[in-house]
Amino acid sequence: MQIIRNRISYHIPRFGFKYLCDTTFLNEEHLQIQKVALDFAKEKMLPYASDWDKNNYLPSQVLKELSEMGFATIYVKQELGGVGLDHLSASVIFEALSYGDITTTATLAVQNLCAYLLANYGTEEQRKVWIPRINSFDALVAYCLTEPNSGSDNKNMETYAKKDGKDYIINGIKCFISGGSVSDLYLIVCKTSEKDVSSILVEKDTPGLSFGKVEDKMGWHASPTTRVILENVRVPQSNLVGKEGQGFKMGMSALDGGRINISSCSLGGASLALDLAKDYLQDRKQFGQQLSNFQGLQFKFADMAASLVTSRLIVRQAAMKLDENQIDKSLYVSMAKTYATDSCFDVANDALQLHGGYGYLREYQIERIVRDLRVHKILEGTNEIMRMIIARNLLK
Amino acid sequence: MKVLVAVKRVVDSGIKVRVKPEGIDLQGVKMTINPFCEIAVEEAVRLKEKKLIAEIVAVTIGPKQGAESLRHALALGADKAIHVTTEARIDQAVQPLDVANILAKLVERDNYNLVLMGKQSIDDDFNQTGQMLAGLLDWPQATFASNIQITDGVAQVIREIDGGLQTVKFKLPGVITCDLRLNQPRFASVPNIMKAKSKPLETIPLDKLGKLHNSIQITKTEAPAVRKGGAIVENVDVLLQKLRTEAKLF
Repeated sequence: MQIIRNRISYHIPRFGFKYLCDTTFLNEEHLQIQKVALDFAKEKMLPYASDWDKNNYLPSQVLKELSEMGFATIYVKQELGGVGLDHLSASVIFEALSYGDITTTATLAVQNLCAYLLANYGTEEQRKVWIPRINSFDALVAYCLTEPNSGSDNKNMETYAKKDGKDYIINGIKCFISGGSVSDLYLIVCKTSEKDVSSILVEKDTPGLSFGKVEDKMGWHASPTTRVILENVRVPQSNLVGKEGQGFKMGMSALDGGRINISSCSLGGASLALDLAKDYLQDRKQFGQQLSNFQGLQFKFADMAASLVTSRLIVRQAAMKLDENQIDKSLYVSMAKTYATDSCFDVANDALQLHGGYGYLREYQIERIVRDLRVHKILEGTNEIMRMIIARNLLK
Repeated sequence: MKVLVAVKRVVDSGIKVRVKPEGIDLQGVKMTINPFCEIAVEEAVRLKEKKLIAEIVAVTIGPKQGAESLRHALALGADKAIHVTTEARIDQAVQPLDVANILAKLVERDNYNLVLMGKQSIDDDFNQTGQMLAGLLDWPQATFASNIQITDGVAQVIREIDGGLQTVKFKLPGVITCDLRLNQPRFASVPNIMKAKSKPLETIPLDKLGKLHNSIQITKTEAPAVRKGGAIVENVDVLLQKLRTEAKLF
């Protein structure tokens, strides 16, 4: 690849993901699945990711193919309609797919989260209708928890579902909803009484359901984010997922998996950043030699590499604890989420710096990774909340 | 109709090869299914989807890691697998005539109607095994296939040859070796990868089927010469002189 003379668009790293690809904790099946996911990511996602970002385009065709390969219901048990793998497999898959495109993989992660909730807490009817639709990407599902006045303090939500005959009437506003305005199903977490938080399904085109404008975000451009507005939205009470009052517990159990997933997305993005930086350091010459000869840059690269490897290890360990339902799983998931999302953003940011002026140009892809990874420190529970959970677990 | 597909586990085409005196350094190197073998498996699966064949059996020769390629074939759609085990170096000691003899034994044992394989493996590039197998079985062969049609037990194959495209037709059973443009292998889906775990995999030690004679010996392995810089010459005479004395072109 010639960076200086013939600038090509969207460089594909020469030996992408082949170095520093730990197989610690992975068995043969994980490796097989990782290979499939990585091959797909490199062929069908990586060459297009920058275009999707530039055009704010949600790549439905690619998401359909990914869903048909079994990547939309990864940790839903087979008897409930899913693929029946574990969280460690999900971590490996999301890491590999994020190498291709972080945002699209995150969209897939939301599908997995909603499928998990519908499968484990939904009625048989709900499962029979929605799980096959998620598996074929016939339905895009959005998870609606955050509100303008309740982010980290999500217990303080105001969206309320009042019983009326055999229906619920829901009023409220949800914000920062990924897939808002383009999803087929919205899983609304709302209060059904003073104390009870519940999850209720609202399908698109239900009267009273409307959306705010598509937010103009720093990154994650391939996923539209909007407010979801519910004005006297009437749905049958059979749209309740699980029991009344169970909504919070459901959310917390889904978030553990979701946090592993988002951390894994960070790992994939940082891997690409590291590969791009490596190619740049070996190609670019200044002062008569390759940048990779300068010790300052070597040290920086070494730190980035160690950072990526450690992040990967803690995420995989947390995934295994989640799979084994160990008592300290939430502690480790919180540690993994905060460590990996922070470290991987720094890896991407450092990789941008190593690119010098070219790092600032969209064409070199690295700035997209930085922009996309920035939000991972915030969503699925801010890293500040993660620290609260860790401290509470250790210091109580 | 039963099809035998032979697959080989080779060094991944994307890696940087390290050369040691005794051969390519395989230590810790990424290995994968030979691309032409994968194309052969994909073709077999497509023929099965068209209901032209009933059963696909994948076979490989090699150490226990060779089973990875078999599981890949099973995940793509093969029904059964056979693993002929040996600890010999698969890129050096497992040679075409020995492989052909072993495959011939399996063909006789299990009565296949068609053998599909890659045209060559990317580690030794022999491009001999399919042809030798056909010779040993006294079967017709079509190599470098870029298109395969099967109707009523007759195979019609378009071959990519130096002069262009050649179409051959023969009555099965036969051997067909597959070339690059025959198809593009699918991505295995996760449900298929998991189903592959429960498909039958038979293990046979190599000496029960044949022997490795090592009739070809590798005498030297070396990396290609490092590219030297060019030179600008003043006129055509100097150019001709350099072509004669240095490049030794004529």
